[in-house]
Amino acid sequence: MSSRRSRSKQTGGSRITDDQINDLVTKLQQLLPEIRNRHSDKVSAAKVLQETCNYIRSLHREVDDLSERLSELLATTDTAQAAIIRSLLMQ
Amino acid sequence: MNPQHLNASSLKSRFTRRFLRALTKINAQKPISSSSPREIFQRYGRIKAAADKSMANSVRSRRTWSRAMLWKLRSRSYRQASSGRRSAVKTSTTTSHQAIRKKTNHEKENKPTKTGEDQVGFVVQADELRELVPGGEAMDLCNLLDETAHYIKCLTTQVQVMKKIVDFYSL
Repeated sequence: MSSRRSRSKQTGGSRITDDQINDLVTKLQQLLPEIRNRHSDKVSAAKVLQETCNYIRSLHREVDDLSERLSELLATTDTAQAAIIRSLLMQ
Repeated sequence: MNPQHLNASSLKSRFTRRFLRALTKINAQKPISSSSPREIFQRYGRIKAAADKSMANSVRSRRTWSRAMLWKLRSRSYRQASSGRRSAVKTSTTTSHQAIRKKTNHEKENKPTKTGEDQVGFVVQADELRELVPGGEAMDLCNLLDETAHYIKCLTTQVQVMKKIVDFYSL
């Protein structure tokens, strides 16, 4: 009894198990486009994190690029199109 | 079943609505010489901030990363507004960390108990990830991975919608 109590005091919900981490890493892996199709057993957790970092960086770059293109396009088109786009995208 | 599939207003439509609204506002502020490179660059910054803000607002305070991003954007606009006065902005970073820590558990980061090189690589990548995900510095490992998954989902939605808008405009 006392041992159980002391053990629970030790962990207190703060010990993260390997299984939990593996589950989360697997979940992340499903979101990555490159290694989603590969067999999950063969990809190490470090590799998944590395691919995640690269993927987030590439997404940031895409957002930058798209913002720049939007800025250039806004310089040449008029605002009426925005209302049209809004109505089209809401459907 | 899946709590994320809200029929009334999905993340995509919430973001699209907000972002388009912000875009029309930015477009309305156009000066006459709107094609100069400097103007384009300034507008690019505003559009990017509007995209991030729209996404973070569509998620609200439900996620740590969105709270961190909203905090960052608000403190940046506050700094820009009061650029004349030398206000003490240095305290803002510590208070933002405190605000984030209030919402997360006070757990010490527990390194995974894997052995070998994989563990080292894992920890290094986790630190890199912390820099990429807003608010990641103050998160423990489990929350970090969870927030990352949601952050990636929102980023892909953002890119999707922005691509569609660019395609429409370039027709």
